[in-house]
Amino acid sequence: MPRKHGNSLLELTDRTKRRNAAEARFKAYGIAAIAVGLLMLVVLVTTIFSKGLGAFQQTFITLQVELLEEKLDKNGNRDLDDIKKVTTFGYAPIIRNAVETKVTELGVETPLKGKDMAGLLSKDAAATLREFVIANPDEIGKTVEFRFLAQSRVDGYLKGRVSRDSIENDKNISAEQLDLVDALVAADVIEKTFNLDFILGADASDARPEAAGMGVSMLGSLFMMFVVLALALPIGVAASIYLEEFAPQNWLTDIIEVNISNLAAVPSIVFGILGLAVFINYMHLPTSAPLVGGLVLTLMTLPTIIISTRASLKAVPPSIRDAALGVGASKMQAVFHHVLPLAAPGILTGTIIGLAQALGETAPLLLIGMVGFIASNAPDSIASGLLSPNSAMPAQIYEWAKRADPAFYERAWGGIIILLVFLITMNTLAVILRRRFERRW
Amino acid sequence: MSFVKLTASTLAIAAVSATAAAARDQVQVAGSSTVLPYASIVAEAFGENFDFPTPVVESGGSSAGLKRFCEGVGENTIDVANASRAIKEKEIKACAEAGVTDIIEVRIGYDGIVFASDINGNGFEFTPTDWFLALSDKVSVDSKLVDNPNKTWADVNGDFPAQAIQAFIPGTKHGTREVFEEKVILAGCEETGAFELFKEANGGDEKAAEKACIALRTDGVSVDIDGDYTETLARIESNKDGIGVFGLAFYENNTDKLQVATMSGIVPSTESIATGEYPVSRPLFFYVKKAHIGVIPGLKEYAEFFVSDEVAGPDGPLSEYGLVADPELAKTQEAVASEATMGGNS
Repeated sequence: MPRKHGNSLLELTDRTKRRNAAEARFKAYGIAAIAVGLLMLVVLVTTIFSKGLGAFQQTFITLQVELLEEKLDKNGNRDLDDIKKVTTFGYAPIIRNAVETKVTELGVETPLKGKDMAGLLSKDAAATLREFVIANPDEIGKTVEFRFLAQSRVDGYLKGRVSRDSIENDKNISAEQLDLVDALVAADVIEKTFNLDFILGADASDARPEAAGMGVSMLGSLFMMFVVLALALPIGVAASIYLEEFAPQNWLTDIIEVNISNLAAVPSIVFGILGLAVFINYMHLPTSAPLVGGLVLTLMTLPTIIISTRASLKAVPPSIRDAALGVGASKMQAVFHHVLPLAAPGILTGTIIGLAQALGETAPLLLIGMVGFIASNAPDSIASGLLSPNSAMPAQIYEWAKRADPAFYERAWGGIIILLVFLITMNTLAVILRRRFERRW
Repeated sequence: MSFVKLTASTLAIAAVSATAAAARDQVQVAGSSTVLPYASIVAEAFGENFDFPTPVVESGGSSAGLKRFCEGVGENTIDVANASRAIKEKEIKACAEAGVTDIIEVRIGYDGIVFASDINGNGFEFTPTDWFLALSDKVSVDSKLVDNPNKTWADVNGDFPAQAIQAFIPGTKHGTREVFEEKVILAGCEETGAFELFKEANGGDEKAAEKACIALRTDGVSVDIDGDYTETLARIESNKDGIGVFGLAFYENNTDKLQVATMSGIVPSTESIATGEYPVSRPLFFYVKKAHIGVIPGLKEYAEFFVSDEVAGPDGPLSEYGLVADPELAKTQEAVASEATMGGNS
């Protein structure tokens, strides 16, 4: 008897073929989706790194500066008040002399005048010099070697961002100045090295992008995160323990639950407006303060922490509670001695992810005055860290991206790299904690 | 663990309540994004040269800055408002209502507004008439007002190439927009004779005619940019036909990407603006709350330092960055030194 077609395990029926084909197609879609995602990631990361890595290097010019006594301390008595009377503008001739001396010493022929030669240096040079003289008045009259920042166009020239064609109409630098740069590079006076000040320094004004750094705004972010952690964690955990373990199930708790979920989806700018209205206009907290930023971000992070804490409390099996209650523990003892420790890794993970989210948030900070030329004073104590005006990392990046000089653009990308390093570290920490401590039942 | 949390939250609450007592020791400035670069240059140099902390400079626009300025007197309000236009009567009134009566007006210099396009595109030599014909909602054809029919720059002016009209102009919240409307569009409106027609149509009302003049077409040819000049630049980079409105300082920092158009035959530069030849420029100001002088340390010193010859003079860092120095700077310095308020001046 001929076997009925299609019943063999070895021979596929049309229907099975179709089903298998559908499965193969679905797998292909999935792989394509992942490939697209990965491609985007690769494009993003390569763009960020190719544009931003330059910010970690900076061009420096090494000069021997003669600290002339007749310019810096006319009375010759090293009185600090007298020395302070000489402003950074008074230091300009000294720097000009140093550049001229260096150029003559090297025997470089240039049609430039002293002022244009000194134009290769950053405007930050005079500030560096003045700071040094005030800190070391004894050095006046001696010749000291300094490593000054080069101005942003020179830096761009060495990094390939600025070319001889592109400066045709640029009044900040001339072709003759670039000739001098080439000569000084050949003589090892100008060199490009790693720039720690980009990571640790303060923001700089539009006239000197080469001096701008992320350091102070990093501190601003740090203080905000401190506020968020100190407020959101205890409030969030207390709220979720109550809702999960103690609260009766009725319409009121239902409403609260729905609202918490809704709050998690509220756009962050809304919290910014709320912060402006409540913390600044009503409570009269200072504007631009990391404390206010922290409070606003606390509001934003709370729902995230509550939701993740409740999820991890729920994941603890009821048998643990029952066992604790069964041997005579009170409800609170059962929660704090048994349930909470078991849920802790989940809570911690949720908190870290909430913090990472808050760290990268810019929108609410726009409204409470944390964007602008703000991150220029490093805080000197914990109180001033919380209360005196500061910016935050993402706000600093936004600010740099807005500025006119293309050199700030590079720094904005560099800032993104620093921010990403922080975010990746925090997320990795969250993953490690989860892997290390999470228990499954 | 709960004790630690308790301590942490107590500390945080204590910090919150302590703020009221903490005194502010740095000058706070907010306002125009056009003035921001100049103010930050001054703030930085001020922090370096004086024993006061570096002032804090926020942006947000002239109107927003003046609004915050007029909120009242006290440590929680800003000390200085930057503005790319003069303070309005309305704002002075709002200030007075909130108790801010003594305002010192300081003019720091002039800023040019330039028209620039992609460096590799066509160059232009504009007149205000060209801009009016390109962007106005209604133009006069044979002494009649009709909807703007111009599609390319060649339609506007026979000397121009047939490049589609695409303008990126500052949005209405910018002080720059006002200058653009007044010095370019309105001037062009008057030159083409459309102003008279608008006046007729409005029964001789000049105010209404002016308003009709500066009404721009809404068919996508003219795009309002509410962000900064960096956004305008990005738009031009992606649309090579685009022509954008920039501040002189911004253009001078981006000469590798932009070429500047002349206006009425004059190339914009700090020199041509200082002499008044280049027509599209405006004064920049900052306003100081007199009540804060002596309360906020360094406020008067900041204002004096800002207008000193070393800073705002023709060879100072501000002028190097693109500000056109004020020929009457000495008068301003005197006014700041004597703390002459606006009421006292007029």
